[in-house]
Amino acid sequence: MIEIRVHGRGGQGAVTSTELLALAAINEGKYAQAFPSFGPERRGAPVMAFTRISDKPIRTREMVYTPDIVVVLDPTLLQIVDVTTGLKKDGIVILNTSKDEKTIRKTFGIKAKLATIDATDIAMRNLGLPITNTTLLGSLIKACDVIKLKSIEAPLQKRFGRIAEKNWNALKEAYSKTPNIQ
Amino acid sequence: MAKKKIDAIIAWQDLELGMAMTEPGSSAKLKTGDWRSQHPVVDQDKCIKCGLCWIYCPDMSYSPGKDGFYKWNANYCKGCGICALECPKGAITMVMEEE
Amino acid sequence: MAKKIGIEVSLAVSEAVRAADVDLIAAYPITPQTHIVEHLSELVADGKLDAEFVPVESEHTAMSLCIGSSAAGARTYTATSSQGLALMHEILYIAPALRMPIVMTLANRSLSGPISIWNDHSDVMTERDSCWIQTFAENGQEAFDLTLHAFKVAEHPDVLLPVMVNLDGFTLSHVVEPIEMMTQAEAKKYLKPYKPKLTLDTKHPITMGGVGLPAVYTEAKKQYETAITASKKVIIDEWKEFGKLYGRHYKPIETYKTKGAEIVLMTMGSISETAMTAVDGMRDKGISVGLMRFRLWRPFPLQEFQRAVKGIKTLAVVDRAISYGSQGGPVYMEVKSALYNQKERPQIFGFVAGLGGRDVTTDTFEEIVTKATRYAKKGKGPVYEMIGVREK
Repeated sequence: MIEIRVHGRGGQGAVTSTELLALAAINEGKYAQAFPSFGPERRGAPVMAFTRISDKPIRTREMVYTPDIVVVLDPTLLQIVDVTTGLKKDGIVILNTSKDEKTIRKTFGIKAKLATIDATDIAMRNLGLPITNTTLLGSLIKACDVIKLKSIEAPLQKRFGRIAEKNWNALKEAYSKTPNIQ
Repeated sequence: MAKKKIDAIIAWQDLELGMAMTEPGSSAKLKTGDWRSQHPVVDQDKCIKCGLCWIYCPDMSYSPGKDGFYKWNANYCKGCGICALECPKGAITMVMEEE
Repeated sequence: MAKKIGIEVSLAVSEAVRAADVDLIAAYPITPQTHIVEHLSELVADGKLDAEFVPVESEHTAMSLCIGSSAAGARTYTATSSQGLALMHEILYIAPALRMPIVMTLANRSLSGPISIWNDHSDVMTERDSCWIQTFAENGQEAFDLTLHAFKVAEHPDVLLPVMVNLDGFTLSHVVEPIEMMTQAEAKKYLKPYKPKLTLDTKHPITMGGVGLPAVYTEAKKQYETAITASKKVIIDEWKEFGKLYGRHYKPIETYKTKGAEIVLMTMGSISETAMTAVDGMRDKGISVGLMRFRLWRPFPLQEFQRAVKGIKTLAVVDRAISYGSQGGPVYMEVKSALYNQKERPQIFGFVAGLGGRDVTTDTFEEIVTKATRYAKKGKGPVYEMIGVREK
């Protein structure tokens, strides 16, 4: 079972990204769960959302405490949240930042496997908005092979309708620019 | 010592589903006339057949007769006196039941 | 077998209500409501469900309207949570008294205060004496299946009582997971059209909701009590029928690895899945532990429970609600009472966990099992215990 934790701010689509990921995995015939860190919706407040993916039925309802993968939608969160809390040994961090990996490691002392991507730039060019949830899904899929790229297309289409294509383009661009670090 | 008799009007097995009352208009069977301690007496000389007694009677005891006068039904009149109070001509007086 | 699709559990419940082809939905659409009725209003507006959707001004009105609708012979549904159920309280007791087969989903959330929107069972436990049949779902699939089952049981001529399907708020209601859905056509194999015994009909006028004078009130109560107790047979039969048709089987008491277990956990709702994982983990460590959970809470499955407990030495009951100033959680007290007159009975210890959204993890269950084992050895434990309280 793979456990994923997405850090974002209220309104940045953390919940949506975990749901899309679960839907894609279920379409592949896998078992999956997606759920938010429950609470009142507060735009801008740090939030978390979670996905579990497994080949076997998932029999737990507790929060994700020891993720295999952490996705960070907003680089400013690093200053207020320890995003690596509970991260498994060999765990992976996928981070939206315009800075390079070395600087990030030095500034925030991240020792885990790390993939950085300037998702804000990609999102701004493709969507015209700094909403990076779908973009970072591209990085996640490339960096860790949790699901196949094409599996995310249908859920994306269903969720976003006429703006699905823009999101799909952003996702693919991030996919092509991210290394596989597994 | 005599056993204390507690009234239960129906066995639970005979009670209709959800205690529904399936016979329409069954309240007509409940004759409330004996709740009365007074009854109205109508002076037909004063009566103008306006029908206010019939309209105001809370127990629908009054009904119009063929002659145009309104008659009260002793089975349902509780003797409340509203008819006497509302009558614009003072044609109705309440008298004690015993008299 | 239909393909499993990924869907939020709340939405899956709406789809079950759609599959049941309801006639009327009355619900208060704002907090603490879930996505269930939001999606139902969409289905009705889009012409995908031929029903009336009435967005009322309060849960009190929602239940009042449901009773009127059901009295007119319509298949009727509503959903609520926590404070919404509390506001509904006054009317809640009237639905079973008028023998209205209303189905309601209760996304279990805590009652204030302090103000809370999170998950526990304090809402349903305050209504356990309401004469509503109460079942509990552990996952999304069960939430879907139990909803169909609820209509079948409620409308059964031997039952005619409302049914409340409980599913944990947030930890179940807001989770996307794979669920096998059913269309109206598939559900019709199981759920036949509702044929009411008595309805409000101007052509054949009857009176519902008359005054229960002291000379008849007791007899009326006896009727309701007899009806809910007798409903257990129908509830079990209809689960069997469901299993035959769709291959998913449900029982009033579900057990997991209880055979020969020295200590058995008792739970209700979605924490049962976490508890199973905890049991697996403890079994790997050589701890002889199993799990039992109530799927049916009202009517209380007394005989089934007494049978299931035979041979068990220690029971650790996990409540998700407090009964202030009493002797523990409601489930714990009831379990103890169910066994008091038995010749052989286990030692029973009560724990309260997961209040107001406090996460219940596999560690929580390990802590409970460790404590219960210690108390069992001593032959004595506290009256009951709250788990995970931070002390000074």
